[in-house]
Amino acid sequence: MKQTKSYLAKTVEDLKPSGIRKFFDLAAGMEGVISLGVGEPDFVTSWSAREAAILSLEQGFTSYTANSGLLELRNEVSSYMKKRFDVDYNPKSEIIITVGASQALDIALRAILDPGDEVIVIEPSFVSYAPLVSLAGGKPVAVQATEEYDFKIQTHQLEKAITDRTKAIMLCSPNNPTGTMLNEKELTELATFIETHDLLVLSDEIYAELAYDEPYVSFAAIEGMRHRTLLINGFSKGFAMTGWRLGFVCANEELTAAMLKIHQYAMMCAPTMAQYAALEALKGGREDVEDMKKSYRRRRNYFVQSLNDIGLSCHIPGGAFYAFPSIVSTGLSSEQFAEQLLIEEKVAVVPGNVFGSSGEGHIRCSYASSMEQLQEAVKRIKRFVDK
Amino acid sequence: MKLSEKELEVVEILEKDARISSEDVAKMIGLSLQETDELIKKLEKEKVLVHYTTVVDWSKIDGHEGVTAMIDVKVTPKRGVGFDEVAERIYRFKEVKSVYLMSGAYDLSVIIEGKSMNEVARFVSNKLSTLDSVLSTTTHFILKKYKHDGTIFEPLAEDDKRIVVSP
Ligand SMILES: Cc1ncc(COP(=O)(O)O)c(C=O)c1O
Repeated sequence: MKQTKSYLAKTVEDLKPSGIRKFFDLAAGMEGVISLGVGEPDFVTSWSAREAAILSLEQGFTSYTANSGLLELRNEVSSYMKKRFDVDYNPKSEIIITVGASQALDIALRAILDPGDEVIVIEPSFVSYAPLVSLAGGKPVAVQATEEYDFKIQTHQLEKAITDRTKAIMLCSPNNPTGTMLNEKELTELATFIETHDLLVLSDEIYAELAYDEPYVSFAAIEGMRHRTLLINGFSKGFAMTGWRLGFVCANEELTAAMLKIHQYAMMCAPTMAQYAALEALKGGREDVEDMKKSYRRRRNYFVQSLNDIGLSCHIPGGAFYAFPSIVSTGLSSEQFAEQLLIEEKVAVVPGNVFGSSGEGHIRCSYASSMEQLQEAVKRIKRFVDK
Repeated sequence: MKLSEKELEVVEILEKDARISSEDVAKMIGLSLQETDELIKKLEKEKVLVHYTTVVDWSKIDGHEGVTAMIDVKVTPKRGVGFDEVAERIYRFKEVKSVYLMSGAYDLSVIIEGKSMNEVARFVSNKLSTLDSVLSTTTHFILKKYKHDGTIFEPLAEDDKRIVVSP
């Protein structure tokens, strides 16, 4: 037999391991670490949703559901999307329940990409986008959003990346890692650009529930954009349900039918008990979601103000639960800062460069931690910066 | 009285943690320290913020375990003052921790804390039942406190189960 390596797919071989992995390995072995490196809520899923999943198990709902998910859940998703974000999707033909937003991203990309098709990835970006594009046979083309515009992408920055192979743009607002959110006006400008270049948009709206200052506007709600949008959302962030692995994708009938082909062969359906939990999360009223949002907002205000007080300048992130301060004033690179902070003060953050080149000079801090932890983290970061 | 958005936020923050510093509250609501202090003073003056206390698990402290009883009290309301007069006569006793006027099968719900069951029993028979307007009492002793005023005493291990660094 040849060396195992020589059997591996070239695309997979070429994928770079995520820079996050390195920090996980570093931090995982240490005692007494305060982690601001976590990309998920610090809340446990509401008891009513957990209880609904337990009940579904007691009642024996342990078989497959329809490929696109329980119709009852799709109905609830449809009315939730209508009520919350003013977008209309037919539960029978325009919604698929997926295994997290992650799988929604995967089937969306695979449904639209032919080998060599280009997809614009706006950096700093969620670490999965470019690899998912490559795995789907496409070519990720990075465009840098910059601090100068509070990490809001400008159409002139996008313009240079357009070629005749450009098929789609991946959009993420509120953004992981910068927390930046685009408002209606900014989305409308982007829509004009999309229209001009005749592109599709994968709009990752997983943080839509966590918008703190301005009302959240879905990209699909912008005039003319519904038929160009593959709208990705889920339960992980706003409903604190990361471990359930449940998300969904909404798009017009043709796009949905194409995605459903992949989904039915590659996944069959999303986990059944998780679907029952999500059903309860949607039906159970908005109090839990609103309470969590309020709590994040206060922690954001506290944390961002504290970073600025320490001398790490940070724009106010409009959504998600990440602060993305500049560490340039310390003279260190992102990686040096993150590594030394972890070793000297036992605070874990993620260096900004792992999210793309324009993230260099920044660190990603998740403020989804208790106030006590944040207070202690601020103390330690201050001590580190003052040295 | 109608509270502003910031005032409401302060009330919610302090209700969860009365010991948080004004500096931190100020950052959380985006006001200056001075503005925050003034806002808290005002809410204290208006008796919206009535009093700051601590939830104590006395059952942990040897010799201070104590007992709590909830007593359903039926009373005859008095002309002109309704239930207020008898409620006041009851709540003045320092053993009485809470008094609520209830709808349903009885009138007042009285919560009493004492050192022992005996002490509570004595209070009920000597002080409470002997009041003119009290018709009857039913005493329930609390055996174990699981959750009190929103605080779980011995939370299940819902510690942070997240992996330390994730995308
Ligand atoms: C921007 C973004 N998209 C998608 C995901 C994946 O979410 P899910 O848990 O629904 O797969 C994450 C999670 O970190 C994220 O930050």
